[in-house]
Amino acid sequence: MYLEQRFQEEEQKKMMKNRADEDDYWNSSKFKAFTFDDEDDEFSRLKESKRAVNNIRRLVEEDDDEDDVEKVSWSGEPVGSISWSVRETAASNQKTDREPAFPKINTDTPTISKSNSGYSLSSLFKGKTKGGNFQNLTDSFNDSSLRLYAPELRKPKSEYKDYVSDWSPEETVQRMQQGKVVSLEKFRSLQDKLLLLDYAVSAHDGNVITAVLIFLKRTLSKGILFQELESRQTALRHFIQYLTETKDQRLLLELYRALGRTEDMALLQYKEHLSISDENKKRDFLKSCLSLPFSTEDSAHVQDHYTLLERQIIIEATDRQAEQGGKVEIFQKFPRKASILNMPMVTTLYYCCFYHYNEPEGTYSSPLNIRQTFKVSEKQYFVTALSARAKLKAWSDVDALFTSRNWLGFTRKKSPLSFHRVVDILQKNSAPTLVLQDYVALVDDADLKISLAQKHKCHDIVINTYRDLKDRQQLLAYRGKVERGSAEERKIDELLNNQQIRWKN
Amino acid sequence: MAHSIRRDSPELPDFSLLKRLARDQLIYLLEQLPGKKDLFIEADLMSPLDRIANVSTLKQHEVDKLYKVEYKPIISTADQLCFLIRPRIKTVKWICDVANADKAAGKLRRYKIIFTPQKFYACEAVLEEQGIIGDVTTDEWSFYLLPLDDDIISLELPEFFRDNFLAGDQRWVRTAGSALHLLHSLYGPFSKIYGIGRCSKMAYESWREQVEEGEQRARQAEIGKVFLIDRDVDFVTPLCSQVVYEGLVDDIFRIKCGCVEFGPDVTSSDKSIKVMLNSQDRVFNEIRNEHFSNVFGFLSQKARNLQTAYDKRRGMDIKQMKTFVSEELKGLKQEHRLLSLHIGASESIMKKKTKQDFQELLKTEHSLLEGFEIRECISFIEEHINRQVSMIESLRLLCLLSITENGLLPKDYRSFKAQYLQSYGVDHLLTFANLRQLGLLVEQQPGETLTVMESKVGKLVNDKTAGKLTDAFSSLAKKSNFRALSRRLNLVPKSDEEYDLRVPRDMAYIFSGAYVPLSCKLIEQVLERDGWTGLEEVTRLLNGHEFAVTGSNGVDLRGKGDAQRIILVMFLGGCTFSEISALRFLGREKGYKFIVVTTAITSSSRLIEALLDNQV
Repeated sequence: MYLEQRFQEEEQKKMMKNRADEDDYWNSSKFKAFTFDDEDDEFSRLKESKRAVNNIRRLVEEDDDEDDVEKVSWSGEPVGSISWSVRETAASNQKTDREPAFPKINTDTPTISKSNSGYSLSSLFKGKTKGGNFQNLTDSFNDSSLRLYAPELRKPKSEYKDYVSDWSPEETVQRMQQGKVVSLEKFRSLQDKLLLLDYAVSAHDGNVITAVLIFLKRTLSKGILFQELESRQTALRHFIQYLTETKDQRLLLELYRALGRTEDMALLQYKEHLSISDENKKRDFLKSCLSLPFSTEDSAHVQDHYTLLERQIIIEATDRQAEQGGKVEIFQKFPRKASILNMPMVTTLYYCCFYHYNEPEGTYSSPLNIRQTFKVSEKQYFVTALSARAKLKAWSDVDALFTSRNWLGFTRKKSPLSFHRVVDILQKNSAPTLVLQDYVALVDDADLKISLAQKHKCHDIVINTYRDLKDRQQLLAYRGKVERGSAEERKIDELLNNQQIRWKN
Repeated sequence: MAHSIRRDSPELPDFSLLKRLARDQLIYLLEQLPGKKDLFIEADLMSPLDRIANVSTLKQHEVDKLYKVEYKPIISTADQLCFLIRPRIKTVKWICDVANADKAAGKLRRYKIIFTPQKFYACEAVLEEQGIIGDVTTDEWSFYLLPLDDDIISLELPEFFRDNFLAGDQRWVRTAGSALHLLHSLYGPFSKIYGIGRCSKMAYESWREQVEEGEQRARQAEIGKVFLIDRDVDFVTPLCSQVVYEGLVDDIFRIKCGCVEFGPDVTSSDKSIKVMLNSQDRVFNEIRNEHFSNVFGFLSQKARNLQTAYDKRRGMDIKQMKTFVSEELKGLKQEHRLLSLHIGASESIMKKKTKQDFQELLKTEHSLLEGFEIRECISFIEEHINRQVSMIESLRLLCLLSITENGLLPKDYRSFKAQYLQSYGVDHLLTFANLRQLGLLVEQQPGETLTVMESKVGKLVNDKTAGKLTDAFSSLAKKSNFRALSRRLNLVPKSDEEYDLRVPRDMAYIFSGAYVPLSCKLIEQVLERDGWTGLEEVTRLLNGHEFAVTGSNGVDLRGKGDAQRIILVMFLGGCTFSEISALRFLGREKGYKFIVVTTAITSSSRLIEALLDNQV
């Protein structure tokens, strides 16, 4: 129950434990998860050999080229070991004259007054683009034979000297996109700053958008910045993400407040409880959250969270004492596996059904009290109590859960849960066949009933159902499945020999 | 494979070049820091690194010790530290702490940060703020693409999904564009690009700009067409339980970077084994795309064949035996080992699936897809939650219900939320807020309120502002329209027809014949029509953002022929193994070869986990 969450933690613990000796850690086969491919791994060897074969052709081709061209690296310096770049470089010299290969498409950003033409029809047919012309400038510093096809490769240092030049906002954004050094300090008027931001947004490069936002955050007052962001949703979302990542909680809260996003504000503050480990401090913090501007619905949930932790603290203290005292039988027989603190409500209910089932409604740990306080649905309560009592093999409690009296005073079994699900829960808690068959018998659907009865070896039910269906063939077949000479076999024989039954087959 | 194979399928390009490119660049970067150094590697970069280099490669370039980034004080004694990391603020802050702690202790070291696949200004801003620019040098390792198999290439950026779709942060758009640019430079020129989704459009634009910035050399195209698709175009498909072998193995054992760890229950020994799952594994290659119900039969047939092959050695004379041992035995042993692993895995899958009423779960999913017996589905999900079965599974079903039904009735939404928080913790309030923001789990909007509001606003203000407002509303206004799409594209075959899973007739086989994955259906339709013509209603239901563009190279005849039938499909935000299986099927049927490029391999669990917010 509720183990999923723990899983990741477990794995982390495992990793930490293994970290003691780095050298061993990386090379030993025990901790393969973090080693590089082991040499003796047959699979990788297989792969390796295939790869080797595949590479032969290419390598041969390369060798031909290698002698002809001077070796260059990403920064334009010769490097011996990297032959591929040489080949790429050589190929790059065979430039083709071409039109702009692909048309620009509208990506739905608010257009910027100055760049309207970028979205016009004519831009689909334009020759060398603005970007292209501009590129020529930097190209002149740059021997084109050094251009490589792996993107984002570094340019020679000489290029850095032109960052002092007078770039327009648009050009600046372009340069930033290419990872070149720029200075934003010269954009001092609000208009320039916003133009910079809008160009960044229209370039769809989150990296640049955030860079501009960092600059704006530094050089604009909060009031002005927030106001401008309100009408720029894309930039706003980048800013929120940036503040989240840098854990600038205070500014983020201010932003939400300025934008009137009170629910986001409340949730963000509530989120802080996750980093409080002391349960009393957490409880007090949750209490302080109650006044936050949540939606009505969420406000009730946060109230529940507070109430629950408050209760868990009380229950935990009492039960720990009872367990240590060694006087309470149930804690001796079934020692608690974990603390109940910070568990979900349903887990708490289960715990109370397990350890405190018969307590009067007045106590904090009484299941009935919990049911009342947290408005637990009938079905939820039923499922939880059923699992807990079945786990304890308290079959009479299980039985009592189903019993209701009708107006004639007869008891009959009722369940808010379908009976095949009940059987499933009981069986998972290893209920004996004797208990199971009572509930299998209550399953409505005949096919489902038979398959469940067969699965759980409730022979009587199978036999009776076939009898009621007057299915002689099935009964005959089932005879082979029961034990030789058993009571069940005798019962089947009796039925088969019974002249009164009108078999359908 | 039981179905017919078109023999004229073109050959796939060789992507091992990508690995060598990445490895060579890494070596170069390491050489930039001469002398002995300790290397710290970000945890989620270790598996990708494993695929392209090994310890001895690193050692050859004077890497002394290897550490994993753990956000704790370090114990290295080296004079030079090198950090190989993703551009994340948290990691950079940690490095700053390390450097500043050294400074305080009077320890002198050289530091180098290698960001991959690129650095972000925000990270450099942290270095500046922490006062360690100058102490630290930075570099970029353009490791954009990791080939996981002959036809799968991954960017290994699982955070792409949350950053882009939940947070609305476009930091990876250019990365996607650069990845595409790299493929274009090496295997292009592409002649035709189709796409759907906002991010796809932006990635296309970024790619196009990068193409214009650089030069294109004349070369024979190996990849002709490209299809870009956003994950949020189709959330239904990744939320369904996978029943094709490879998908199932991923759902249950989690394939990590093309490698899976089988535990003792599979290996029937006391140790776990790590296995590479790709086309090199002959047994796996034959069953990976099969519906699980066929796998057992296939494996037992294979086992019988193996037995016969082994049995041949009976009655052999010495010479024959010698040939047998030298030529066949090794192969047989290998096959034997693989076979026993996959049989073990299948058994383990069976055990796990029967334990959790898999049949009933699938029935519920199929009903949701069909829009049939919704109340029964609702009570099934409710019981799932009541019994605290699985936190992730419950959310998955809730999201599936919400998308297929275009939102939950307000009373159902409230009741589900309350019960969910009771079962799995109130902390999940934050998770619900995320799911709502993404449109995965929402209340039904009464009528068309939103559109009315939008148009009113539109009349009041000028167009420019209206555009911005629509942008702001887009996440709210986003409707799944699944039912209408399903009808129009015929995604759910009539349930009264028999579906022979051994002889699949369409891509629906990957979901037991119950549903044709929307994402793959779109790809099929667009390729068939060579564009979006005739799909206007569909794109309207998908909230638009479709495009189809032809490059000037399109008319170039050099690209004609095989390359035009090699289609690169790029999933922005992740794709599942089931979708890859479906595309492989489509490729076999139509004589295409698909290459799947994805920001990461995803699955229902990964998708949901990315949206959880119940932990710090």
